[in-house]
Amino acid sequence: MKILHSWLNEFADFGSDVDAIAASLTKLGLAVESVEQVGLPVKGVVVAKVLRTERHPDAAKVHRVYVDAGDGVEKHVWCGAFNMKAGDLIPLATLGTNMPDGRVISQRGILGIDSEGMLCSGTELGITADATGIMILPAHLELGADVFSALGIDQDVVFDLDVTRNRPDCTGYLGVARDLAAHLNLPLKLPLLPQKSPTLTKGKKHDIAVDIRADDRCGRFSVTVMSGVVVTDSPAWIAQRLSRAGMRPINNVVDVSNLVNLELNQPNHAYDLEKVSAGFIVRCANEAEVVVTLDDVSRTLSVQDLLICDAKNNPVGIAGIMGGAGSQISETTTKLALEIAWFEPLGVAASVSRLGLRTEASLRFERGVDAYGGRAAAERFAQLLSLTCPNLVVHDGGADERTAGLPEDTRTTNLRLGQIRRVLGVEVEVDRVRELLAPIGFEISKPDNSNSVVVTIPSFRPDCTQEIDVIEEIARHFGFDEIGKVVPKSPVHGRLSAVQQRRRIIREFVLSLGASEAMPNPFLAPGDLVRCGLSEDNALHLANPLVAEESVLRTSLRPGLLQAIAYNQSHRTNDIKLFEVGHVYPQGSEQLPDEHEVLCVVFAESDATKAMDMWSQFSAYLGVGAQLFQDSAPAGFHGTRSAQLRRGKVVLGAVGEIDPTVLANFGVSGRVACLEINLSIVLGETPKVAAAQTVSKYPSSDFDLAFVVPQTVAAGTLLKSLRQAGGNLLVDAMLFDIYRGKGVVDDARSLAFRFRFQASDRTLGESEIADARSRCITAAQKLGAELR
Amino acid sequence: MQSDATPDVGTQVEAARLAALTQIASATDAAMVTKIGSELAGKKSVLNTLRASLGKIQDPEARKLAGRVINESAQQVEAALQQRIAEFLVQERAARVASESLDLTEFATTNRRGHSHIVTQAMQRLEDVFVGLGFQVAEGPEVETDFYNFEALNMPRTHPARSEFDTMFIEPFSSEHEANTVLLRTHTSPVQIRVMQSWEPPIYAIMPGRVFRRDTPDATHMPVFHQIEGLVVDRDITFAHLAGIIESFTKAFFGSEFTSRLRPSFFPFTEPSAEFDIKRANGDWIELGGCGMVHPNVLRAGGIDPDEYTGFAFGFGIDRMAKERHNVEDIREMYTNDLRFLRQFS
Repeated sequence: MKILHSWLNEFADFGSDVDAIAASLTKLGLAVESVEQVGLPVKGVVVAKVLRTERHPDAAKVHRVYVDAGDGVEKHVWCGAFNMKAGDLIPLATLGTNMPDGRVISQRGILGIDSEGMLCSGTELGITADATGIMILPAHLELGADVFSALGIDQDVVFDLDVTRNRPDCTGYLGVARDLAAHLNLPLKLPLLPQKSPTLTKGKKHDIAVDIRADDRCGRFSVTVMSGVVVTDSPAWIAQRLSRAGMRPINNVVDVSNLVNLELNQPNHAYDLEKVSAGFIVRCANEAEVVVTLDDVSRTLSVQDLLICDAKNNPVGIAGIMGGAGSQISETTTKLALEIAWFEPLGVAASVSRLGLRTEASLRFERGVDAYGGRAAAERFAQLLSLTCPNLVVHDGGADERTAGLPEDTRTTNLRLGQIRRVLGVEVEVDRVRELLAPIGFEISKPDNSNSVVVTIPSFRPDCTQEIDVIEEIARHFGFDEIGKVVPKSPVHGRLSAVQQRRRIIREFVLSLGASEAMPNPFLAPGDLVRCGLSEDNALHLANPLVAEESVLRTSLRPGLLQAIAYNQSHRTNDIKLFEVGHVYPQGSEQLPDEHEVLCVVFAESDATKAMDMWSQFSAYLGVGAQLFQDSAPAGFHGTRSAQLRRGKVVLGAVGEIDPTVLANFGVSGRVACLEINLSIVLGETPKVAAAQTVSKYPSSDFDLAFVVPQTVAAGTLLKSLRQAGGNLLVDAMLFDIYRGKGVVDDARSLAFRFRFQASDRTLGESEIADARSRCITAAQKLGAELR
Repeated sequence: MQSDATPDVGTQVEAARLAALTQIASATDAAMVTKIGSELAGKKSVLNTLRASLGKIQDPEARKLAGRVINESAQQVEAALQQRIAEFLVQERAARVASESLDLTEFATTNRRGHSHIVTQAMQRLEDVFVGLGFQVAEGPEVETDFYNFEALNMPRTHPARSEFDTMFIEPFSSEHEANTVLLRTHTSPVQIRVMQSWEPPIYAIMPGRVFRRDTPDATHMPVFHQIEGLVVDRDITFAHLAGIIESFTKAFFGSEFTSRLRPSFFPFTEPSAEFDIKRANGDWIELGGCGMVHPNVLRAGGIDPDEYTGFAFGFGIDRMAKERHNVEDIREMYTNDLRFLRQFS
């Protein structure tokens, strides 16, 4: 909402300190987004007349304009706008003019032809918001005169307010001024006219029939008939105000309508009486009914849209949004019907979003206008219009049709005075409450026995319905800063939960492996999961994705990480190690998906042994165990270089290399080692607290054994057998060397193990060691391994 | 006898002493000194032989004198030995150090530690600050129902403010006005309701997490981003407490020279509602987030009686904090997963 300083000051004497006004508005919750100086005169811009225009064969986007700036000398200017014709008066920025945007007008032209100045648009001069072409000046101005003084442009300041949804009253000057005056303890008054208005003539009764056929959508529909209308230009001050508010001046009637809307927050619409003299029908549209609105656009409606129709049921406007073409004021209009209505906000909002049509009127109806402010608005309309229509007659009668959908005039709510302290933390006495609320239109009764008051809510505050709304008003006018700051002492033990602590430990562990954290997009393109060797059948789809390539919700972190590897490889980054801790969202059996958290670590240019190394370290560090199932390769993994991590039927994750076809699909080169863990399982587990075992005081005995082991026997299987054979004196057994090649038959490899035996109560004897050694050898031989 | 024997012993001792010192001086390394030392300490060494024959001297005075002379000489020899060994140890250590010279910059890094994402870093710093202020951390699902994302937050199905959230919906989807619609949460506020439903007051909780809006990515917006939300519900919690927590957080997180203010605003789920701004050291106010007293309807939706308890809530974006802390020009850069970007931040 753009608020002009000069206009605001007509409601109360807010003074000239612009920064102080902005600070007060912000404190009230009317956040000031910007404060802009307008109408600062640009020295050197004069009134000039267009003599003729001329195209140049080598310049398509500009033309040559010849002007006279009052000295009778023809000047030549290049111009990129084509909206002027010979005889028009336009603003000419003469050579050397410093434009508001910092440009200095120079002689430099194009095609070797100089330009003796520049023709200006309204926005370039900061006069109007119209940037569509060169500003065409009123024909009566004197050539060569300074444009700003000739137009009577005043300097002003525009505050751009961010008006929140709970302040429907503040999309108009009156509401803003009321709040500000209350805050500054100033009396509020309604603006006077700049000149004494002619006494309005009361005309004879002229009733208009109104038939409301959608009571729940239209609560009130009033019409005032005025005659003696002459459609002409608005006075300069009205045109200037509208321009600065971002609206284009059109004619005196439309401009007054807009002015009243801005000033009193009361949308209104003036019809040519001739077109609607038989009356109005307010009804819902028929399915697919087409209406041409006054912007000449055909709009197809649905049964949920509300229409204003003439007595023949032909639409003359979409209720609360825009009038129709054909019934609006024209140059020949002499009598008008002024409609001021109240439409149900949610219905208007739904039509706005369905039609994609948002207007100054709909903006206000959507939030809720004062259902009882129509009469004052009609009077103000007539008063302003009489400035240009001295013979204006306001007729009695008209219409004021009300339905059951009309909000009540006075709404009340109970306010328990104790609630103020309970919610705000400060004591506000009842007299102070009354002082704070009265200037913004809220009245309170005397406190009753239970220390409650009845608050009467003004009709212009439809947002306020209950006690807490009133407490907010008290807080705003008491002042948020004045409420103070008290740090509550938390009785709760602040901490991360066990799950959250364990997640952090896992992150630290993965970082120590050398992996960096990626955050890929959780939205995938259709087909990404399939390209990753996974099914898309259990994936959720977005109903309204931004782009189709981001419409599938991931069920795996792998597609995103593989894309990240490919991206980094294409930028020739070395040592690509990435991980992500994130949610996946496979469809579940409940309303919400089976959303869970996953850890995925990928190392480019690494094979399955790296993945196993990661898993064995992860398992040992976090105390997480699982069986390795190499027979059933996880989907998307290399068929013979991967394993499922399982606990019985529960799949904990996967370890190994990514399937080469998948890598090719994602444009990844080299092997990729991957460890994937379902964190929702692992994080919930509390690691066992280890009980200490006393370290043996007796020396250990170590020996190594190397076996030639057929390829069909897994090293892990052999190690498991060796451990069993070692018995309870075996304290450590590990694979420390793997050899293939000369001296070892094909389809086999040499695996060397190191054993350590130790007892807690004695030094082991020679024979015990020899026994253990032969038990190990026998166990290996049973699996087909031979001692080397 | 005495007059004969005394000069004889003295001379022999002096000769033995000089011989030993000469021998020690002539040694060329520590090992040789040690070898000489063990010979001199042996029974057959001259001094020890002389000491052994002391008993033959009859005159007690003379015997005492001879004994003292022998001891003194032996001490001198021992001192010379120790000194010589020490000299050699110093020399040998110096020689070894000189010979073992190593260029410390001559190494190849094998396993570099990975880098945490700057959004995670910011989230963890925020969690730590709030834990210090007595908060616990709550989490909730990213795919949510209409009830938790809107309805329970005082935005019934017809509420106009819903349209401002640019919600992304999950198929099957007919209309956002349908009950049981499933969507991607547009804020972390649904977790407030889940916490109120499952925890008992007093509640001091923060809720960090990923949220989604149907916003075309640009330099300052991503459709997928992160927020942190705070919720306090207890008896006698007031707006002044909200302002107090915001101030404590501001000082703890940004530094003691920072200060905060609240100014009126509007959110459907809080009332009174406020924006909170923080003031930088240079005097500029920057807008940080939204907050307010939990609306009675929201407390009720969470199963909490507003006549018994009051509460406040606050929330703000995490990505912007990470972006500003590290002067990232374009927020999209944070999500390219480019290791050249990620590796800049330790």
